[in-house]
Amino acid sequence: MKKLLIYLKDYKKETILAPIFKMLEASFELFIPLVVAAIIDIGIASGDKTYIIKMCGIMVALGIIGLVCSITAQFFAAKAAVGFATKLRHALFAHIQKFSFTEIDTIGTSTMITRMTSDINQVQSGVNLVLRLFLRSPFIVFGAMIMAFTVDIKSAFTFVVAIPLLSIVVFGIMLVSIPLYKKVQGALDKVLASTRENLTGARVIRAFGIEETEKKQFAEDNRLLLKLQQHVGKISALMNPVTYIIINGATIVLIWLGGLQVDAGIITQGEVVALVNYMSQILVELIKLANLIITVTKALACANRIETVFEMEPSITEKLPDANFKENKEKNVPQIIFENVGLTYQQGADESLSDISFTVKKGETVGVIGGTGSGKTSLVHLIPRFYDATRGKVFIDGIDVKDYPLKTLRNKVSVVLQKSVLFSGTIRENLLWGNEDATVEQLMEALRISQAKEFVEQKEDGIDSKVTQGGKNFSGGQKQRLAIARALVKKAEILIMDDSASALDFATDASLRKAIREMENAPTVFIVSQRAASVLYADKIIVLDDGKVAGIGTHEELLKTCQVYEEIYYSQYERPGKEVKEGK
Amino acid sequence: MDKKKKQLQTLKEVLSYIKKYRIYMLLSVILAAASALLTLYVPILTGRAIDFIIEAGRVDFYGIKNILIEAGIIILITAVLQWIMNVCNNKITYHVVHDIREEAFEKIEILPLKYIDGKSHGEIVSRVIADVDQFSEGLLMGFTQFFTGITTILGTLFFMFRLNVGITILVVCLTPISLFVASFIAKRTFSMFKLQSETRGEQTGLIEEMIGNQKVVQAYGQEEKVLKRFDEINERLEKCSLNAIFFSSLTNPCTRFVNGLVYAGVGFMGALAAIHGKITVGQLSCFLSYANQYTKPFNEISGVVTELQNALACAGRIFELINEEPQTPETENAYVLKNVEGKVDLEDVCFSYDTSRKLIEHLNLSVKPGQRVAIVGPTGCGKTTIINLLMRFYDVNKGSIKVEEKDIKNITRKSLRTSYGMVLQETWLKNGTIEENLKIGKPKASREEVVEAAKAAHAHNFIKRLPKGYDTYISEDGSGLSIGQKQLLCIARVMLCLPPMLILDEATSSIDTRTELKIQNAFAKMMKGRTSFIVAHRLSTIKEADVILVMKDGSIIEQGTHQELLGEKGFYFNLYNSQFAI
Repeated sequence: MKKLLIYLKDYKKETILAPIFKMLEASFELFIPLVVAAIIDIGIASGDKTYIIKMCGIMVALGIIGLVCSITAQFFAAKAAVGFATKLRHALFAHIQKFSFTEIDTIGTSTMITRMTSDINQVQSGVNLVLRLFLRSPFIVFGAMIMAFTVDIKSAFTFVVAIPLLSIVVFGIMLVSIPLYKKVQGALDKVLASTRENLTGARVIRAFGIEETEKKQFAEDNRLLLKLQQHVGKISALMNPVTYIIINGATIVLIWLGGLQVDAGIITQGEVVALVNYMSQILVELIKLANLIITVTKALACANRIETVFEMEPSITEKLPDANFKENKEKNVPQIIFENVGLTYQQGADESLSDISFTVKKGETVGVIGGTGSGKTSLVHLIPRFYDATRGKVFIDGIDVKDYPLKTLRNKVSVVLQKSVLFSGTIRENLLWGNEDATVEQLMEALRISQAKEFVEQKEDGIDSKVTQGGKNFSGGQKQRLAIARALVKKAEILIMDDSASALDFATDASLRKAIREMENAPTVFIVSQRAASVLYADKIIVLDDGKVAGIGTHEELLKTCQVYEEIYYSQYERPGKEVKEGK
Repeated sequence: MDKKKKQLQTLKEVLSYIKKYRIYMLLSVILAAASALLTLYVPILTGRAIDFIIEAGRVDFYGIKNILIEAGIIILITAVLQWIMNVCNNKITYHVVHDIREEAFEKIEILPLKYIDGKSHGEIVSRVIADVDQFSEGLLMGFTQFFTGITTILGTLFFMFRLNVGITILVVCLTPISLFVASFIAKRTFSMFKLQSETRGEQTGLIEEMIGNQKVVQAYGQEEKVLKRFDEINERLEKCSLNAIFFSSLTNPCTRFVNGLVYAGVGFMGALAAIHGKITVGQLSCFLSYANQYTKPFNEISGVVTELQNALACAGRIFELINEEPQTPETENAYVLKNVEGKVDLEDVCFSYDTSRKLIEHLNLSVKPGQRVAIVGPTGCGKTTIINLLMRFYDVNKGSIKVEEKDIKNITRKSLRTSYGMVLQETWLKNGTIEENLKIGKPKASREEVVEAAKAAHAHNFIKRLPKGYDTYISEDGSGLSIGQKQLLCIARVMLCLPPMLILDEATSSIDTRTELKIQNAFAKMMKGRTSFIVAHRLSTIKEADVILVMKDGSIIEQGTHQELLGEKGFYFNLYNSQFAI
């Protein structure tokens, strides 16, 4: 929480004023029993009606001042809390945006979304409540005690005993029951998980005929939940009766002591009434305080979760300030060099890529092929520095990618990711992500190359057709082609297509590759695929197997020398010699 | 009217669950009333005690002592009653929740798949979890609160009227103002809250889209622009949140102010009455404490009423689930399939999910024991539907399906289903260790058998590399496993129990072709002598089938071996060429 407090900095005034006004309000409330005592002792005793009217007028006046103070406090508290949350949200969003793929993979997007939304909302109401009540409640509790002392010292000692006793009971029960409630929550989560599981897995569960086992398991979980709930229920059931006994017991003692003091002529009857009133004020506030603490604990837990996100540093950072950077103008260096590159995703884990070395000349087409989990995506993601190589080096135009300003580097490389994502808006807006200043002609050209022109033109609004969130109103193949078009609009020197034509049929896939080859200033292209057909005609095919290079070469060379490639190829094409020949 | 009827119906059902605990319920209600009345009686005693304290030398200690002893006993009794009431309430609440959940879960196990497929799972889960919780809290707790509230109000009125009519009327007339103020503020702030939640929704939408796809955002270097869009919404949210929070937070100070006015009014009237000797000082102090308490039950009750309605609505949703029609129960003398050889016949089968859209019409098929049947066809042609029918996940509308010459409607579901080994495209694993997952169909299998099956499915190698090997715990989403790996586990699961017939629905769709080729050998071994139904899109899987069924729009349009079908140069020929050749 501490680190998050800096976002309250701009609301110092509000943060201080809100509790002060709250305390002012509370102190006016503390005067009320004294006024009542005066009415009884002076007004009633002497039958002075004007005095009574005056005193009641004072009570109303105190009420009005209290109302004004309280409204002021509510305003400052709300302003500080809302402003704090706004600043926090902005900072967190900006921070998350800096995360590299590594952090995104480890935290998971759904977690980050919860942190951004419900967690921040919880913290906001936590801050709001703390500003309003955290000082007020203890202030009233101790204030009432102090006021009692001003009335009569001897009787006031009842408060000195009752308040700690009450606190022990209220907070003791809370302390004991909070961890128990956590256990209940855990048991409930289990019941929930098992319910969900039996819905999503209904087919499998029935296919294996294990409904009875599942029922038994559920009954067990459900019974455990019941047991835990009853256990914690028994404890929290004590709260009300015990506090009731303490407060009323204290009142009895108070009256008895008060009687003694009145008899001795030290205090008056009205003052006894005042003491009793103070006692009942305390109970109300203590209960409020207990509820407040529950809310605050929740908010603190949320704050800690948010903090851990802040503590996570983006692993990919820029080395040089932009101004100092000079691009390499030399023409005869290979465009891309991988030098003994290794990649480990998590510390201690095995390398996902190891000893990768190859060079690519400008304008070449490189195919990357291999089974699932062989490291194809990891390999191409090293080029735009989505991940950093943990061993070895990656060079573009002779400069280590780590020495590029990120913006310059990513302008050089255009990537079509495996999962084609479109954003809500129009097709045009989506394409303009590639280059804000692209003309309509350029956009149409990109659509033509990506084989998307036809279906876009068939749409009623053409390029201005709506795209719903996630591009759900397009088929998988259409989305892939639009994502490719978006990447083409960028006109980067290097184009990486990460299995991004998997939903296209073979003919479209082939025309796409042809169109890209025939582009003016054709970029260097990486085609990642599981399909042998997609990489067949590449200038160079990199075959990956379990994170290692199994072979590099052209299709013909690899077919002769690389067993892995041969196996992949013939798992998709018939071996020659059989009656039916597919493929070429 | 109809709604009322439905609510009444729900109420009846609720009562049927509570029936088991009716003694506790009755006890709870009586205790609530008793403790409320006793609680109200205490201020009167305190007032009387104060009246014995007049001034120096005029304190009646004997009188005070008696009253205080009486008060002490009443306080103790009240506390005990409260405690018993709490325990009763807990018992009822938690047990009813437990019972309802159990019933709901048992229902889920026998609901027809039609229901499960047609409803959002999240929604059903929220009925079983959140709705049940809210129902129990709202209805049961609300019930006692409601009762306590009413008793308190009536009791307070009774005691106050007995003390002094004029002051009571003042209290009765003034207190509604605070309720009025509260509802006035609530109404005015409603639109602010709506705006706030709309803006929040807009922001969450942007967060989901941009953080969810941050990789794309970064690939295009759009971070700054996205942040700008975010900030714009964020600023709007700040403004409308401030309005909503501030104005709604006025409720508390305003109602407290009104209560303060009532308090002052009571003080004034009471003091005047005291001067005229109509009430004593003790009674005045008693009045003041009533005036403090009187508004509370009103606020509570108005809350309880909405909560009760809410709870009834929740209960309605749960009962809707519990009362849902289950799958057709099995006939008493349903046949238990044993020693299956694998003869399957579909005779004139008609089926559709939705009566307005025909799907499968007059389908006939006869499969001999040990035959390998491949089903191919374009998306949506009914391939998976056939599997739903074979497994009796859905019942045919017309015609019949027979296994070993017996209509599957007369076979126990369990014995029918366990005769098939099923691997689906969509991989489902349960929460538990890898081993537990593999043993799902054969709980008594030994570790050796499990490893054997995993090896056959080519899953052993990656399992070995997991942190705890076969004891690695996998959670709902199969954390950390790729879809391909999950598919391998699903295959291993079937390889372990080896049922007499097999159903493979795109079982290897997420596995790369090279690994698939290796699994094929294991599959081939497994399929030997077993009747198998295979839905696949890959050439290698289909080609070796004994019969290929080519489906289009719900009916089989071509049937034969790979070579025969190619020779026909029909639909299969075209499909084959468009999918497998350049």
